[in-house]
Amino acid sequence: MTDTAIRPDSSGLTLMTKVDMKTFQTTEKSTWCAGCGDFGILASIKQALVGLNLAPHQVMFFSGIGCGSKLPHYMHVSALNTIHGRALPVATGFKLANHNMKVVAITGDGDGYGIGMGHLAHTMRRNPDITHIVENNQVYGLTKGQYSPTSGHGYISTTSPEGSIEVSVNPLALGMAMGASFLARSFSSDPKHLASIIMKAMTHKGYALVDVLQPCVTYNHVNTNEWYKSRVYKVEDLPNYDPTNRQMAYERAQEWGDRIPMGVIYADPDRPTYEDQVPLLQKGTLLELSEKAMRKDYDYESLKNEYM
Amino acid sequence: MSRTNDMTIKLGGEAGQGVESSGAGFLKAMVRGGLYCYGLQDYQSRIRGGHNYYQIRVSSKPLFSWSSDVHVLMAFDDESLYAHPQEIVPGGAIIFDEGLKYDKSRVEAGHTKMMPVPLYKLALEIGGDKVMANTVALGVTSGITGYDFEKMADVIRQNFRRKGEKVIAANLGVAEAGYRYGLDNFAADFEFKLEAIPNAPKRMALHAHQAFCMGALAAGCRFNSAYPMTPGTSVIEWMTAKANKFDVLTKQTEDELSAILMAIGAAQAGMRALTNTSGGGFSLMVEALGLAGMTEIPLVIVDAQRGGPSTGLPTKTEQSDLAFVTSAGHGEFPRAVLAPGSVQEAFEAGWRAFNLAEKYQMPVLVLTDMMLSTSIETLDPEQIDFSKVEIDRGDMVSNAELDALADSWAYKRHAVTESGVSPRALPGHPNSVYITTGDEHSPDGLITEDPATRVAQMEKRMRKMESALATTIKPLLYGPAEADVTVIGWGSTYGAIRQAVDAMNAAGESVNFLHYVDVWPFPVQETEEAFAKMKFSICIEQNFTGQFARLLRAETGLRANAQVLRYDGHPYTEEDAVAFIRRAVAEKDKPHNVIRYQVPVNSGNRQGYAPSNGHSNGAHGSGTSQGQINNNNLNTNSTASLYDLKEEVKA
Repeated sequence: MTDTAIRPDSSGLTLMTKVDMKTFQTTEKSTWCAGCGDFGILASIKQALVGLNLAPHQVMFFSGIGCGSKLPHYMHVSALNTIHGRALPVATGFKLANHNMKVVAITGDGDGYGIGMGHLAHTMRRNPDITHIVENNQVYGLTKGQYSPTSGHGYISTTSPEGSIEVSVNPLALGMAMGASFLARSFSSDPKHLASIIMKAMTHKGYALVDVLQPCVTYNHVNTNEWYKSRVYKVEDLPNYDPTNRQMAYERAQEWGDRIPMGVIYADPDRPTYEDQVPLLQKGTLLELSEKAMRKDYDYESLKNEYM
Repeated sequence: MSRTNDMTIKLGGEAGQGVESSGAGFLKAMVRGGLYCYGLQDYQSRIRGGHNYYQIRVSSKPLFSWSSDVHVLMAFDDESLYAHPQEIVPGGAIIFDEGLKYDKSRVEAGHTKMMPVPLYKLALEIGGDKVMANTVALGVTSGITGYDFEKMADVIRQNFRRKGEKVIAANLGVAEAGYRYGLDNFAADFEFKLEAIPNAPKRMALHAHQAFCMGALAAGCRFNSAYPMTPGTSVIEWMTAKANKFDVLTKQTEDELSAILMAIGAAQAGMRALTNTSGGGFSLMVEALGLAGMTEIPLVIVDAQRGGPSTGLPTKTEQSDLAFVTSAGHGEFPRAVLAPGSVQEAFEAGWRAFNLAEKYQMPVLVLTDMMLSTSIETLDPEQIDFSKVEIDRGDMVSNAELDALADSWAYKRHAVTESGVSPRALPGHPNSVYITTGDEHSPDGLITEDPATRVAQMEKRMRKMESALATTIKPLLYGPAEADVTVIGWGSTYGAIRQAVDAMNAAGESVNFLHYVDVWPFPVQETEEAFAKMKFSICIEQNFTGQFARLLRAETGLRANAQVLRYDGHPYTEEDAVAFIRRAVAEKDKPHNVIRYQVPVNSGNRQGYAPSNGHSNGAHGSGTSQGQINNNNLNTNSTASLYDLKEEVKA
């Protein structure tokens, strides 16, 4: 076979037929507990893909480790299920190589806000065109109930029997500080809202964080479905809320407790992505360019001159 | 010994005094005169101050290693005077500024010619800036050795061409003033000479990382992510310098985790992806190495070794990551480890690594080190042979083949095959829709704990190691097919051992050399065949525990008769290698003899090179080393110096 036949045909990226929920359906059985918030998140993601008319091969999913990071196994998409905390850099590398594909990263709170915090902060300031969905249930589920970076102060768990001493991570305020270009929040028990927020995040050009509140029915008996339901409200219902206004966004990003804001908290539609600022990538995808390299279309011999 | 075109020139000074750049310029001037040079750089982990040096060995014959003997020392500070006088051969010279205050008793051996020169005065008066003192000194060297000044002038013109005529004229002026000063005052009394060869062919002077990158680029590598760490950084810096002309995307990341992870992401998209680091950074990469192994994503990683553990010796050389890289990561997965030993082998490793990685869909590690990645070798341009670069991406599924599939469910990323290699399709095609994961998985990439599937996938992956042995380079035998003594080495010890073997055979001894370039998967069969012919074997390496010797035993049950180990941060010289080989032969009767290099105690030399036992006559391969060696076999701890040993052997 010829080298040129290896790169995925980009003409295939123009979709011929319409996708629907069945397009993403798999027979793989999930390992989630009955009542887990992940079910709602999975359904909302599929709904968003249908809404954006994206086919399985047009989107590349990356996930870390945790109950929620198994999500790409339960839908028919291209995916790389990576290691704990590390989905974002892998997703970034992929995006830099093939920016024709939509890239979505899915992590939990322990994964994205704990072990992966360093990558999170740097991805925010780097601004690759990646949507990052964080399934935030404020507890470690897969390892059976330890406190997480977003567990509230005083949260009692197997490793914090007298209550967590640390202040919990505020991902939205962190995002404001790190220069993220899109920050949003939604709730797994409001799939319609969640799907619309994911669609907005995927349409945004740049790094887009969707912090998804969700109950862990097995291990988190503090932040239950009812706990969230009685607190969340939508910023879009506020009169005159403008997500492009940094001052307003800062204020809402700080808010947590009796009232928890949802919706697009902050968006800067004008900030260029990382890829947009790499002149090389304006010629095409790196993958397309590397094809020229595979054909040896460069003057390598000239490299020797510098050393003579 | 020849007095013409066979010498070592050394520049010593503080960081920031331009020791490396002026040394490299002078090296180029000699290469353009048809001479072979080997340039060795030694610096400390600091930007200003400290003691740095650059050492150029020059010969009319090809060189692969440096020498302990110094013929001209240019000392730009008193530290350089104190650190190196013992290395100066009888009749050798020290060039230094006439105003430099120093302790004469620590420097002036009777046989050394002291050459005070008004370096700063000439630089200031003629060039207008004291900073050109090193150019004056190079001019003096040109003058005392009688080397064609025009060769040096050419390099000055080229090096400063972007800085304009004024700068060129100033540098030429001070160089010539130095040249005249040397010629008029010292040349008649200096016996070592340099002579340009008429109509010399064009040659290249470069180090292993530059050559490696050329190979990688020619192999189609267009993605390089890394976090800065000495001595690995020169890889991404080179790639970045070439990025515009060759369409390369390089990315400096927040840490080494991100560096390898981005490379994995780019490779999954279909790029030939590269990341580079040193041992400490590789420690961070290990988690992701297993991910690449498990998900069968091809990847090339350069580990430029330095003295360890922890921060260790940041700017010194060592071969102590071998055991680590061959086994790094929890669990078991296939990988290859290449250890080029010369600039040419580094070029070849540059393109071969990507073929191995893609053909067997696994991580490939390339071990270089501080010495290899900074030492300049002289090569004929044909040795960097782009026409030999093959691009073999292995079993990849084409668009036409994907089009022919029934639907987007048909393709199995981890299909079980006889070779262990599953045909690889890149994401993006409508029929290339699959997941893969660092969890154990089924052929279609879904998480499983089913024992039968686990066993089938594990065996499939590990079969690739056997398959890869068809492509790796087997150990190379240098020297006579059969010999009384066989030296075994791997990676960067190649140059010193090769030159030692040449010198010893020329002296009537019978020595050959088994050199390993590709160390993993281990070439068991070829090693057994080679051992069957060996009479007495000595494994020489640059670490404490004899990591290669251990690998050899683990994989074959074979054991070298003697081991030579060094871990002071400095590479073996040709003379060191000769002395160690002779010592091991002399102690033939000691079972499992382990000989360790020992830094001379009374040298007063923090660098650890200088001998405490007088100077050799400088004849290459004559068998005297300037270091001491120490026999540390079980409970014995002899501190007999090599010099003493030689007398013993004679007796």
